Amino acid sequence: MAVRLSLEVAARSVLVSLLPAVGIAWLLARGRFPGRMLLDALVHLPLVVPPVVVGWGLLMLFGVRGPIGAPLQDWFGIRLVFTTEGAALATAVMSFPLIVRAVRLGLENVDPGLEAAARTLGAGPLDRFVTVTLPLMSPGILAGAVTAFAAGLGEFGAVITFASNIPGETQTLPLAIYAATQTPGGEAVAARLALVSFALAVAGLLLAEAIARHLGRLLGRGA
Amino acid sequence: MIEVALRHRFGQGWGAARRAGFALDAAFAVPAAGVTALFGPSGCGKSTILAAVAGLLRPQAGRVAIGGEVLLDTATRAFVPPERRRCGLVFQDARLFPHLSVETNLRYGLRRAPRGAAGPDMAEVVMLLGIGHLLHRRPAGLSGGERQRVALGRALLSRPRLLLMDEPLAALDAARRAEVLPFLARLRDAAGLPILYVTHALDEVDALADQMVLLEEGRVLAAGPVEALTARTDLAPLAGRRDAGVLLPCVVGDAADGLRLLEFAGGALLTTAQPGPPGTRLRVRIRARDVAVATEEPRGLSTRNILPVTIAAIDAAGEAGEVFLRLAAGPTTLLARVTRDSVARLALRPGLPVWALIKAVTFDHRAPPATPWEVPACPG
Repeated sequence: MAVRLSLEVAARSVLVSLLPAVGIAWLLARGRFPGRMLLDALVHLPLVVPPVVVGWGLLMLFGVRGPIGAPLQDWFGIRLVFTTEGAALATAVMSFPLIVRAVRLGLENVDPGLEAAARTLGAGPLDRFVTVTLPLMSPGILAGAVTAFAAGLGEFGAVITFASNIPGETQTLPLAIYAATQTPGGEAVAARLALVSFALAVAGLLLAEAIARHLGRLLGRGA
Repeated sequence: MIEVALRHRFGQGWGAARRAGFALDAAFAVPAAGVTALFGPSGCGKSTILAAVAGLLRPQAGRVAIGGEVLLDTATRAFVPPERRRCGLVFQDARLFPHLSVETNLRYGLRRAPRGAAGPDMAEVVMLLGIGHLLHRRPAGLSGGERQRVALGRALLSRPRLLLMDEPLAALDAARRAEVLPFLARLRDAAGLPILYVTHALDEVDALADQMVLLEEGRVLAAGPVEALTARTDLAPLAGRRDAGVLLPCVVGDAADGLRLLEFAGGALLTTAQPGPPGTRLRVRIRARDVAVATEEPRGLSTRNILPVTIAAIDAAGEAGEVFLRLAAGPTTLLARVTRDSVARLALRPGLPVWALIKAVTFDHRAPPATPWEVPACPG
């Protein structure tokens, strides 16, 4: 149960953060505007701030009486605190810098000369992005998604602070392991879950490698 | 007409072409037909001009117009973005999209060409450039020459009104250059498009260009028909070279004894080469160092190409101790590079009738195969 929930939370977090991550990565890699450094620092904040603090911050913002949480609750009836969605949000925020970094790296690997070539062939901005930039940066996007997914499976501090530790609702794999270790006689369960966690991580890495290779071939590298 | 006037100073700013202190201040107008070579040494600003015509570089001040349509005018703040300029650009490094097949690369521009724009279709371009066997390959698997041919096709299929080529052969070795050059000549003849061609290789100018814009350190030294410019000895980038000489338009005449006659205005040359059937038009380059002069008609000489000419002028050469003799053969001017010592010894002076001994000519065919090659004019 915790395994399935973990997969779901991690997948949802990746889905939520992928699009904004591509946008932010674009701004950071190509944008020339005041405050770019500030945005860069802000994005990377979850990497250096203790996860518990991030969870606390989310609680303040998205709590039922928070500046974002209250309107969400009143107008849409959406409550994030102590829900699976909330766990996904906390995970997304935590893994956001990982995705942005990978996507940005992928974007910086795209030769602007190719986009210039597309321009002279009559491709407008959106056309260029979709037909040239996006396919060429896809290895970076993929790497970001896989890394974020793997990291999301293991997110602990922010989830337990913001979404609590509710079995079947917000109790993801690491939370379940933690709970098992706190339960007398739970060592066997903890060991089993730890093994599953390990297996998932390895499988994720192998999958990422396989897809990266395939994409590399498609993109004409190392042919 | 293609009118270009640009002023741009590269400072400490951004951009790949950044060179501290480099200033471009160039203006020229050339006919919107045939090939115009932008010729000059590396770093003279010729690629920057091309980027500005394509719209990839926005100069600080300037105006670009093709056939009266203004693409850029900083005075009126007019700026047509590159994607709507319809200037096909062939880059030195081909820049094929690595994630697309050759065929999809070719169709990239075609699909975005305005409806109703005239131009060759896929089949014609594939035939013209001989790339049919490459269509399903990926750019990474192509040789440098093949890549450049595909890049040519891709630019051509975008149905441009002007084709820009930025040293398309510079990244290739000699064998690949010889492979691609004939295709360039065919494209020039078949496409009927005006072409701006950036190069620092004089043989490419000889082989392809009708007009030439001579650049040095960001300024235009001279512009005009190639034949007229190559005969000038006051243009350091041309005259200072070991292969300075004139370009001569010729018509292939009758053959006799296995030799061909090349007729030009004011004379004829004999050659052992087989440049094509009588009537073929071509250009030959006669290098100044391959021309000697004699004050009396030489006899008992193996050289067959001996033309009566008149010394029109004596110009200083790039090297001390040498001069260029400007020789008039009817309306045609030939150049001869001789030592100052010879000038003194033979009392050479303007107005003196002499005999010009031509030891070699370099061929450039207007018709395919357009590979220029060099043969003795007539070993005799």
